[in-house]
Amino acid sequence: MLGLGVERLRADMNRLLALLFHQGVLDEQFLQLQQLQDESSPNFVSEVVNIYFQESEKLLRNLRSLLMDRELSDYKKMGVHLNQFIGSSSSIGAKRVRNVCVAFRVASEQNNRLGSLRALELLEHEYCYLKNKLHELFQIEQQRLLAAAVRYPVQH
Amino acid sequence: MARNGMFSRRRRAEKVEEYDELLPLTEATHEVHVLAVDDSLVDRIVIERLLKNTSCKVTTVDSGMRALKYLGLDEEESSVSIDGLKVDLIITDYCMPGMTGYDLLKKIKGSSFREVPVVIMSSENVLARIDRCLEEGAEDFLLKPVKLADVKRLKSYMFNEDRFRGEEKGMNKRKLPESSSDDSSTPTLSPSPSSLDLSSTPSPPSTSSPSSPKAAFSSSLSTDSPTHSTDSSMPCSPTSPTRRLKMSSQDL
Repeated sequence: MLGLGVERLRADMNRLLALLFHQGVLDEQFLQLQQLQDESSPNFVSEVVNIYFQESEKLLRNLRSLLMDRELSDYKKMGVHLNQFIGSSSSIGAKRVRNVCVAFRVASEQNNRLGSLRALELLEHEYCYLKNKLHELFQIEQQRLLAAAVRYPVQH
Repeated sequence: MARNGMFSRRRRAEKVEEYDELLPLTEATHEVHVLAVDDSLVDRIVIERLLKNTSCKVTTVDSGMRALKYLGLDEEESSVSIDGLKVDLIITDYCMPGMTGYDLLKKIKGSSFREVPVVIMSSENVLARIDRCLEEGAEDFLLKPVKLADVKRLKSYMFNEDRFRGEEKGMNKRKLPESSSDDSSTPTLSPSPSSLDLSSTPSPPSTSSPSSPKAAFSSSLSTDSPTHSTDSSMPCSPTSPTRRLKMSSQDL
């Protein structure tokens, strides 16, 4: 019965990926990352993505604190953070997050506080969604590997 | 006005004739050592993986200053040349705080490492920027996010794999006997770690090894320069930079 589990998990993974592509959450750069994963770096995708999450959360905290500073919102600094966020998002294929960052950048360049606030909220929302979905993806992948290992136990 | 995909300098074609010394293929299989410069940690990890995937040795640094330091070009130690340091290619992000990729390019081109090809990466598709970099001597310009195809193309025309002419559009126009040339006569020791991240964050340990004998490629055999210059001629390929520009401008 575990054997069936592997196939079903693989199907689940593919379905989730297809959904994320369809929603524009991920783009082909994510596939490129998967292509780079091999025996010499079997956890490459999750490693990069986890680093992306760490970096992103730092950026989001910075953006929020810059925007919340009612005295002087340093839009220039926000722009710098956004450029970083855009770059890293594009490098892992996080298309929707990237696009929201671009819109956010436009608002910040215009010193548009309301627009920036809205963009930040949207960004946090998109980022959360992405993170949840990718975690889900990695979980399914983990389960699949476990199920496969049980099915084909490695003899030492 | 877009160029015709000639993003590499044409004068490379003239260098083709300069080789008169060929080493047997059985000599040290020279791995291409790439110095990658990017302030983004995520991008450093990705570019490192891309390069390793194409059998390159990679050293990553997080700034132009560290790159210069690595090359021994920082002004603090006046012209200390690091014995045995061999860098075959420098690939750098354009937008970096402090020293931009463009600044770094200029510094390199004005140094003893001027023969080392420098490739600029940027997420912004600005033609003026591209032109400026090429004029300053950049070998090529890659649009981010960088893909495996970009790196493979780069590697193939810069470090031509003579034995596989058919594979990559036959960039190499050199007429060689059966044994292709290999590493130059300058005996140097490549830095031993195959992957080295010289920024503040620790890098994941990994080993880089050529996937097959076809990873033996040749580089320039000029004996006086400490590094190798490229010897490619036509860089045109199906995924030429111009085509990439056109494609990327279409997908919004």
